[in-house]
Formats: sequence, structure tokens, C-alpha cells
Amino acid sequence: MLRIHKPPMAVGAVAIAVLPLIMGRVPALEHYPLLMVFAGIYCLLTIGLSLLMGYAGQISLGHAAFYGIGAYTSGVLTVHFGLNPWLCILAGALLAALVALAIGTPALKLQGHYLAMATLAFGIIVNIVFREEVRWTGGPDGLIGIPMLSLFGFHFDAIVKYYYLVWAVVAGAFVFSANLLQSPVGRALRAIHTSEAAAGAMGIPIARYKVTVFVIAAVMAALGGSLYAHFMNFINPGTFDLFFSIQLILMIALGGMHSIWGAMVGAILIAFLSFEWLHHFGEWEIVVYGLVLLVVTIFFPKGLAGLPKMVTERIRR
Amino acid sequence: MESFTLTQQLLQFMVTGLTIGSIYAMVAIGFNIIYNVTEVLNLAQGEFVMLGGLIMVSLHVALGLPLVAAFAATVATVTVVGMLLDRLAIRPVRQPTVMSLIIATVAASMIFKGLAMLIWGKNPYDLPAFSGREPILLGGLVIQSQYLWVIGFMVLVTVLLALFFNRTILGKAMRACSDNGAAARLVGINTQQMVLLAFAVSAAIGAVAGITLTPIALMDYDRGAMLAIKGFAAAILGGLGSFPGAILGGIILGLIESYGAGLLLSGYKDAYALIVLLLVLFLRPSGILGGMAAARSKRV
Repeated sequence: MLRIHKPPMAVGAVAIAVLPLIMGRVPALEHYPLLMVFAGIYCLLTIGLSLLMGYAGQISLGHAAFYGIGAYTSGVLTVHFGLNPWLCILAGALLAALVALAIGTPALKLQGHYLAMATLAFGIIVNIVFREEVRWTGGPDGLIGIPMLSLFGFHFDAIVKYYYLVWAVVAGAFVFSANLLQSPVGRALRAIHTSEAAAGAMGIPIARYKVTVFVIAAVMAALGGSLYAHFMNFINPGTFDLFFSIQLILMIALGGMHSIWGAMVGAILIAFLSFEWLHHFGEWEIVVYGLVLLVVTIFFPKGLAGLPKMVTERIRR
Repeated sequence: MESFTLTQQLLQFMVTGLTIGSIYAMVAIGFNIIYNVTEVLNLAQGEFVMLGGLIMVSLHVALGLPLVAAFAATVATVTVVGMLLDRLAIRPVRQPTVMSLIIATVAASMIFKGLAMLIWGKNPYDLPAFSGREPILLGGLVIQSQYLWVIGFMVLVTVLLALFFNRTILGKAMRACSDNGAAARLVGINTQQMVLLAFAVSAAIGAVAGITLTPIALMDYDRGAMLAIKGFAAAILGGLGSFPGAILGGIILGLIESYGAGLLLSGYKDAYALIVLLLVLFLRPSGILGGMAAARSKRV
């Protein structure tokens, strides 16, 4: 669980690289690269969230706020001030980091229920700001005209081009997180998850580590938000609401929050579920989400990533 | 309207604040009942309120049941829903941690909300006020009679609960469970049944809040989450687990919201309560009436 093996990473990287080439040739799968763009953006969010929830054991029910902070920083700075989009992505990440630092420092002293409610409240407050500051954000109608990204004259104007951009960023986040988890920081985080008191007694600066992970998760979410904004060229508050924060929880619970792989599998599954498969359920969508989340919580506490181990243990018994 | 003086306006906001605060207080009391016995933070608490309002609309308006009968039937139905929540979503969780239990209640609230949308659709529903819509004029104040019903029911719920917890064996057994579950089990109290009872009572109170709120603010499938969060903010503000705290917290929150919306920006109405929640959490997590020691022993 802890070690990130090189072969699966290589297989994953090749699969991601080849996928659009295959999908482009099969008519029924033609729109899959588009779904995979969203899946990649979700992966950025869930990788960070799995560091925070799965490894450090700190719950966040307001993570959509950081996603929104990234998206709206990109949106507002490009639309109203005409700044360079890359600069705006950077600004969004920076702002998210500062907000995470300001909120995380007092909030992460709280535990359990209290932390859950603090993050929940924070997420809703940020969403209300997006809705109410109409002059800047466009209010509930949203913000249009966010420019696409281009680099040295190369325009990320086709879905497949954007696909590679997003997944390159995901790969970066993945490698960063994998390295982080194998460093002393990662070991300290797991110690905090197992027992805060014991970790503290061992001399681990608990508060500093928790806030650091919170900031990292916020920056990843903000990057995802900026990428979303420049891809859609339009954002509205509904994308970044409480329901999405809960969807993120669903993603990492489904995939398995104790593993970055699990977090990514969950993100990809939910992206396909919500954009492709759940249409068949129509109005039942929310109920299906709720049922999936409940079944996973009750029967598969380690998510899909924990499934192989559960099965082998069953057989051995 | 323009003949209203500032004092009259301030008093008017106070009446509204007390009313909405009573609703929050009822939600907060529901939170506390479950939290005290199980340490579960039931984020589906707001869905009880939503279901109370919508089931009442169906029974009273659509089916034409008389007010009292519809009221009783609604409370009974939501009570059963609360018990199902315990049996089907909370108790089966195999590795109960704070995180997994919170996620289980979030999942349950999504299921309730989704089912409510399938049954009632997305439109808000109105319910006739219990004693007509004719407002009472009192020294220049306009008071809707339904406001008095809301406040009255909050007082009634409080009195009944106080009697239940202090005068009945069942209530005392429940208190024993919240003080020390293991010791309660040792003296022969069936703690699992007490948990079920906690969910039942809590759901019933939520239903009462929903039924009394609907004539004032309408009701739709999507209202649960915000009501749950406000109720929780009230519970935290007063001190999690404390019943006088829940009432005090609810009313303070209602007043803040009412004055905030009336005097400051009304668009940020929902944000005021949450900002207060964050400030209390950051500065004094034990709340106004919660002792620091009590808060610590309850914190998992």
C-alpha cells in the first residue's frame, strides 16, 4: 500500500498516452478523451484529498472551495484584467495556498466532527461569495469569456491537446505525492493518522504537518480549478458547491482514500458515472450516488483499492 | 411600510429572528440527542425537517387530512424514517470512525434528498398557516400568527424533553447512556435500543420543526443540508451536547441572521451563521454553555 511501484506507474503512463489514439478510432468511444479531461481534473483534486483524508486522516467537506478559488482566480484575472492565463493559474494556486494556510492553521487544531463542520462551513461561505460578488464573478449566471491556454504559439484548442496537458499535470502531482509519502513527511503523516498523541510524543510537529498537507491539497485543487476554467471558458458557482465537495468524498471513498491509486480510480469512475452512465438513471442520480456512498462506507471501508486484499483474506479463511 | 421607524424595524427583525432561531434550536436539539447517546454527528438531521414539511403538505393539503391528524401522522412517519436511518445506515457501518460515520450520514441525506425529489419534484410547496394568514398587529409590529406557533412548539418540545429526561425511567436510561455507555450497559440498559430511541426522538423533533416552518418559508427537497448546517452551528455555538445551549445558540443565530439580512447585505444571509460557526470553532470550540472539560471528553 505504501510503496509506489515503478512498473504499474509505467503501465499507467503508457495507457494514458495511448488511450486517445485508440479512442479516436472507435466511433463509440470518440468522446472518451473529453471525459478523460474531466477525469484528469478530478484526479488532481482527489490526489490532494487522499493525502489529507487518507494519509493524514483529516476530513474536509469543503474541498470544492479550493477548486473554485483556482477557477475564479483564473477567470476573474483573465476576463477583467486581461492577464496572462499561466500567470493566473499561478496566482490561483498561490491564493489557494494562502487561504488554506489562514483557514487550516486554526481549523486543523480541531478534530473529528468539529473539523468536518469547519470545512463544510468554509466551503459554503466561499460558494456564497462566488454567487454574491456579481460584479466580479458574474454571480449565479457565471463568468464567460475565459481564454484558452496557449504556449509559445501552440494553442491547446483541441480536446486531445488539452487531454495531454491535464494528464501531464496529473502525472506531476502523482509523482510529487508518491515521493512525499515515501519521505519522512509521509511517515510522519501516517503516524499522525494512527495516533496523534503518539506522534506528538515522538516529537513530530503535528500541527505543521497537517497544515502543510492541507495547503498541498488546496494547491492541487486550485490547479484543477484553473485547468477547468481555461478548458470550459465558462464557470458558474454550481460547479463548486457543497454537492461537489461530497462528490469528491464519494470519489476517494469509492476508490479507496488510503491509496493515491485508489483516489485516481475513484475520480475516473465518478467522472464517467456522472457524465456518461448515470444519464440512464435520470432523476435517480442523487439516490444512486447516495446508495453507492453508503454501500462503500458500510461494506468496503478501504474502497476498491482495498478489494484485492479483502478477497485474498476471504479465500485464506 | 415607509412609516416604520427604525425601532419598529429593529423589533420586527427581532420577532423574525426569534422565530427562525426557534427552528434552528429544534434542529440543534435533535443533533444533541443523537450526539449525546452515540457521538454520531447526524448530517441528515436537516432532511427530517424537509421530510416533515413535505409529508405534511401531502397529508394535509393533497389528501385533506385534518390539521391535527396530519400533524400526528407526519411526525410518526418521520420518526420511522429516523429509526430506519439508524438501522440501515449507521449501525451497519463495520469500521465506525468519526469519518466513516459522518460519511454514512452524508450518504443517507443524499438518499433522502434524492427520494424527496422523485416524490415531490423540485418545486417548493406551501402549507396553510395553522390559524390563518391574518397578521397580528401589536404596537406597530406585524406578527404572523404562525410565528407564535413556531416559538410555541419550540417551548413545548423543550418542556416535554425536560420532563422526559428528568421524570421518566426511559429518559433517565438515555441520559445514562450518554454519560457512560459501558456503565449503562452494566446496569442492564439496552444501549442499542436507546440509540434507536434517540434517532426516533430526534427525527420527531425535526418533523415538528419542518411542519411549523413550512407555512412561513415554504419547503422543497433541497432545503435539508442548509437547515442541518445552521442547526449544527446553533448546537456548536451553545456548546455541543447541551440542551439549554442549543436553544440559546439557535436563538442567537436566528437573531444574527435576521439582523444581518435586514441591516447588512441580504444576499449573505446564509453566510452570517456560518461565519459565526467558524469563529466559535476557532476561538471557543466548547461553545457558550459547554464546559471545556465536557467538550474535550466528547471529542473523538
